[in-house]
Amino acid sequence: MIKETQILTHHGRQYIPDLTKARVPAPFRGRPVISSAEVDDKALMELCPTGAISKNPVSINLGRCLLCGECELAFPEKIKFTNDHIMATNDSKRLVVREGEDKRILLNPDMIREDIKQIFNRSLKLRQISAAGDNSCELELGACGNPNFDMGRFGLEFVASPRHADGIVITGPISENMAEAVQICNAAVPSPKIVVLCGVDAISGGIFAGSQALNREFLQEVQIDLYVPGNPPHPLTFINGILELTRVKFLIQ
Amino acid sequence: MTKDIENTLEIKNGQAVNLSEIPVLEYQEFHALVLDLLQAEDVHCVNYYAFPHNDILRFICCLADDRTQGIYLLSHIMATGGGLLKLESLTKYIDALHIYEREIWENFGIEFEGHPWLKPVRFPHDRYNGDLKVNDYPFYKVESEELHEVGVGPIHAGVIEPGHFRFTCNGEMVLHLEIQLGWQHRGVERLLLEKPKLLQRTILAESIAGDTTIGHTLAFARVMEGLSGISVNSRLDAERAIALELERIAIHTGDISALCTDVAYQLGTAVFGALRTPLINYTQDWCGNRFGKGLIRTGGSHYSLTDELIQRLRNLLDDFEWRFKEMADKAYSLVSVENRFDEIGTVTNRQAKLIGTVGMAARMSGVKRDIRHSHPFASFSDIPYVPVMLEKGDVYARYYLRRLEIEESINYIRKVLDNKRYFLSEATSPVPETNLNLSPVSISVSMVEGWRGEICHCAVTDEQGKIIHYKVKDPSMHNWKALELSLRDLEISDFPINNKSYNLSYCGYDL
Ligand code: SF4
Repeated sequence: MIKETQILTHHGRQYIPDLTKARVPAPFRGRPVISSAEVDDKALMELCPTGAISKNPVSINLGRCLLCGECELAFPEKIKFTNDHIMATNDSKRLVVREGEDKRILLNPDMIREDIKQIFNRSLKLRQISAAGDNSCELELGACGNPNFDMGRFGLEFVASPRHADGIVITGPISENMAEAVQICNAAVPSPKIVVLCGVDAISGGIFAGSQALNREFLQEVQIDLYVPGNPPHPLTFINGILELTRVKFLIQ
Repeated sequence: MTKDIENTLEIKNGQAVNLSEIPVLEYQEFHALVLDLLQAEDVHCVNYYAFPHNDILRFICCLADDRTQGIYLLSHIMATGGGLLKLESLTKYIDALHIYEREIWENFGIEFEGHPWLKPVRFPHDRYNGDLKVNDYPFYKVESEELHEVGVGPIHAGVIEPGHFRFTCNGEMVLHLEIQLGWQHRGVERLLLEKPKLLQRTILAESIAGDTTIGHTLAFARVMEGLSGISVNSRLDAERAIALELERIAIHTGDISALCTDVAYQLGTAVFGALRTPLINYTQDWCGNRFGKGLIRTGGSHYSLTDELIQRLRNLLDDFEWRFKEMADKAYSLVSVENRFDEIGTVTNRQAKLIGTVGMAARMSGVKRDIRHSHPFASFSDIPYVPVMLEKGDVYARYYLRRLEIEESINYIRKVLDNKRYFLSEATSPVPETNLNLSPVSISVSMVEGWRGEICHCAVTDEQGKIIHYKVKDPSMHNWKALELSLRDLEISDFPINNKSYNLSYCGYDL
């Protein structure tokens, strides 16, 4: 017992007290900022592995961006990745960061269904579905409940059965082989429920976009309540996104 | 033996050779030669696959010889088109080859006569028999009134990847477990050909298994370097070995935490879990991503290990080491934990050899398989690594092996950091390549010892230097069988600890 107490004391307090104010140190790649510097647009767009960059104005779609940082390395005068991890949103248009913009990516309050804030304000149980995820998103979602991030303090939890869940969190680009299982699992979640796409692979297919091994039809049938960019998203990106979606008061300004 | 070897081409890990240098044998000869070479304990098959090119199906078999650090390449060809294609099975004689023949059968419809059961591997989108769907997997069945089946998955009761586990049980006892995979199939190997840019391919390699980003991307980068004749400096080699060992320490620590969770040892769960965090945060401080995405690139690195990072790494390891030891001394001496792991889920040395386990799953049963030692790459050729070996092959062995390997990896990183030759020089790691000129009609084989075990990547180019085939082998290809065997005659409630004790890859297998 003495030994155990000693170990605990040595480890001290592990949890991050205020998750909404926590910062991830650079060189973590979070929300990009694009300057108005003149560069070879074509070369910039050409370099991106997923076609996340478009021009007029130059912009980066975080629904496609792998946050690989290669565009910043090649055109540092044009693109800069900040360490701002607040990137989740319910409005896919807000995933696009344009030249000259430097503002936080927030949720669009008009697009949040009313029942979400009423019902899930204090407790939200989620069923995670890995639909051909590469296990990095899954590990980060697992980390959300660990002693550092401890999302359980907000009543946020992953549950085993879809019957106990208030929604699903999909990771991975959704393989053909998982397509039916995703449908069945979502159908088993009682309404009202939410659908969260976690990670670039889930949002757009990521580097797997266009693969014949995928079947993303499910996404046509449901309304997406939250997009969480990243490859994988940082646990703080996920937790803050969920909090913004479900808390009555917005926490991030 | 000498004559045998004349009919093969011997290469080193990471080397590329002209395809025409590999002798093309008649199948009979090929068959006999593979069996003959595999007689030696120190030789094992690291890859065996087929690919179509100009109406010909070409088979390549890679046998690694631990005595010479060499890899023997053997080949035979077959005309495709028309008629049922049949070959005599190798698995009939050597069980460990079962998975390779299943894969070739699934992809090209080749019937291997004498193979015990040609079952689908991963239901790839471009499979030979498209009518066979992922729900049609032919499970082994026992007809009996007393027995029942338990089916779990593809979606499991946790934040993990999908797979289907089918248990045949007598009451609580498991007689047989069969694992069906393929749910995660994303078409990685096909995309590696279709996406033309080096960066796209590198990112694909990073995504083969996100928990083994460093291992797989390093195997990829070394294949590309082999095919384009790039040799990297020793500093980059050292950095790569450090990244690989850090990945191993982080995952092993997380797995020890998960094993504690499954036997309700909460202090272990919390402390080991918390100990993993600074490790992956360090990787993020190094390259911007907690899993090392972005760190490994062909021919160079964007993120050199600066003096400041080196100092922080030393401090991190010092701090981690005593904290880990303090917790481990407790967690590894608790009778309640030991009792749950000891003599549970044993895979004997004989079984491990029979099914061809690799990496940790081999070393826990006294089978010495460690590419760092047998076919050294990066700094492992300069600074040798001595594999940790255990005998018992039970859950405890897998739990304990992780602890010992963590300690060994810490020592290894220190040895690399202490080696003046690497870090006192002004030389930084070179800038990565963006475009490669791959040598035409060539093949390169690269092996890396990831935290799960042996990763093997092969690429083949055509006359224009375009990649026409890319083969990825994750160690889980072999090791899932070990989990199945572990469950025999065990209570079904012991499944979770066994599963965690291996922590095998679904997406690395499904590709
Ligand atoms: S960081 Fe994003 S936008 Fe930039 S190259 Fe990578 S994927 Fe493209």
